[in-house]
Amino acid sequence: MEFKSISELQSLLNDKKISVKEIADTYIKKIKEKKDLNIFIYFNEDKIYEQVKNIENFSNEKKLKAIPIAVKDLFCTKNMPTTAASKILENFHPTYESFVTQRLVDMGAMFVGKTNLDEFAMGSATNTSYFGNTINPLSEKDIPLAPGGSSGGSAAAVAADLCLGATGTDTGGSIRQPASLCGVVGIKPTYGLCSRWGIAAFASSLDQAGVFSKNVTDSSILLEEMAGYDQRDSTSSNVKIPNFSKELNADMSGKIIGIPKEYAVDGISDEINQVWEDAIKSLEKKGAIIKKISLPHTKYALPTYYIIAPAEASSNLARYDGVKYGFRADDSNSLDEMYELTRSEGFGKEVKRRILIGTYVLSAGYYDAYYIKAQKVRKLIANDFVNRFSECDFILTPTAPSAAFPLNEKQDDPIKMYLNDVFTVPASLAGIPGISIPYGSDKKGLPLGIQILGKHYNEQEIFNAAFALEKDYE
Amino acid sequence: MKLDTNTINKIAKLARIKLSEQESKDLLKDMNSILDWVEQLNEVDTDKIEPLANISSSSLPKRKDQAEDINSSDEILQNSPDKLEGYFAVPKVVE
Repeated sequence: MEFKSISELQSLLNDKKISVKEIADTYIKKIKEKKDLNIFIYFNEDKIYEQVKNIENFSNEKKLKAIPIAVKDLFCTKNMPTTAASKILENFHPTYESFVTQRLVDMGAMFVGKTNLDEFAMGSATNTSYFGNTINPLSEKDIPLAPGGSSGGSAAAVAADLCLGATGTDTGGSIRQPASLCGVVGIKPTYGLCSRWGIAAFASSLDQAGVFSKNVTDSSILLEEMAGYDQRDSTSSNVKIPNFSKELNADMSGKIIGIPKEYAVDGISDEINQVWEDAIKSLEKKGAIIKKISLPHTKYALPTYYIIAPAEASSNLARYDGVKYGFRADDSNSLDEMYELTRSEGFGKEVKRRILIGTYVLSAGYYDAYYIKAQKVRKLIANDFVNRFSECDFILTPTAPSAAFPLNEKQDDPIKMYLNDVFTVPASLAGIPGISIPYGSDKKGLPLGIQILGKHYNEQEIFNAAFALEKDYE
Repeated sequence: MKLDTNTINKIAKLARIKLSEQESKDLLKDMNSILDWVEQLNEVDTDKIEPLANISSSSLPKRKDQAEDINSSDEILQNSPDKLEGYFAVPKVVE
């Protein structure tokens, strides 16, 4: 049994053709069948049935009543442990619920489990998790593919039909890139639209929560429920959240679409360029006006990101010291040794690498040369977008430089791995919203993604463009 | 080569992460290649550009400075790897 959308499941529930318990049964069965893909870090039937009892008492007016949602294991949840895919948070039971997941609970959502990710969201293939790789559900039997990352478990959960929506976080592309590789819709809203409260912090000036779903409408429904002002996050925006799903409009006539020439980078396959071209043509046919634009500082986005993100991470991850929660190493003779051994054994390789880079670029004598310099270049990258958005309504690019790649292929060379985020990082640095939708496929039939970027707080514009493009595949 | 083994070990000490010899060696290679790669930012003229620390374009409201009791010390202590009489316990600091 497959439900195609939130509204389909809701009508069945309203017409009493299915019960809340039957929905739980259906998804529990599906999740068990796909156990080998290692999509979930935490899955417990009892916890799902506990929720069923509460959800049954909810009014059918609740917008997400009984909608099965998978939660990235970076969000603190009170009834399920939270690990950030790290040994250092093994056995951590949050004493509170994150703002975003609380919103979903209040609307009647049913959490089916906590999904796998790169450790502390640091990675692009869900292969730095302490709990092992997640396998992309689109893989052929003999060649397991990566789901992308860091929110690879959430993207895979939607692609494998183990939920109707999933939460993710995006710091440099961690929602959009896995959405592209798994062939689902994924949106990173404007920085500050969803509260970061209760999400394990990676790089606070970039981290933003968002969602995955099977279609654009469902993402718009989920985002309007998750977003909103929270006084416990000092960078949460106090803006009115539009009714995205109600306002969805596929009319593209007169819309001006920016096509940045800097996104035509070397080494990108013809297939990806072809899909990009197809999407441009489709929007043109729907009445949009195509405008070639330039975002001159694009090539500096990745190096800027790989200074700023590790710097903030080194500071944020200082809290994991083996004292208050999580893992503590045995057999230490002093407090300092306890810290050093705990962090040495508790963090994986990529996390240690980023903490050390961050510590270095923030250290005395190097702070101005690296960190301040990167923040200045970040200003120029953000200005590029602000300037170009005065002459176009949104920007259209590919989402990722490749389709899903074989597991572990890109693990040896960190810089090569970082290139996965080449198209997604600039928008993260600028704090603007971006959505990835599946559009076309490569020779092997693997999905490719198109990314649509919009002005700050203009999620509606990119939802609409995505909605218009989605119709090409109906 | 920007970093040598001594610098790596010094940074690791600052970050309170103990590194094995092999780890230091691997990290030296990776970090030098990453630092060489980010060097390209020096091509960009950033004179008179203000560093961007907060990307949010909306005004950030202040909240009232009021205490809120959202969880109990018992619950919090349950997560601690070692606790003693209502406190977090750590290895002895003073002899």
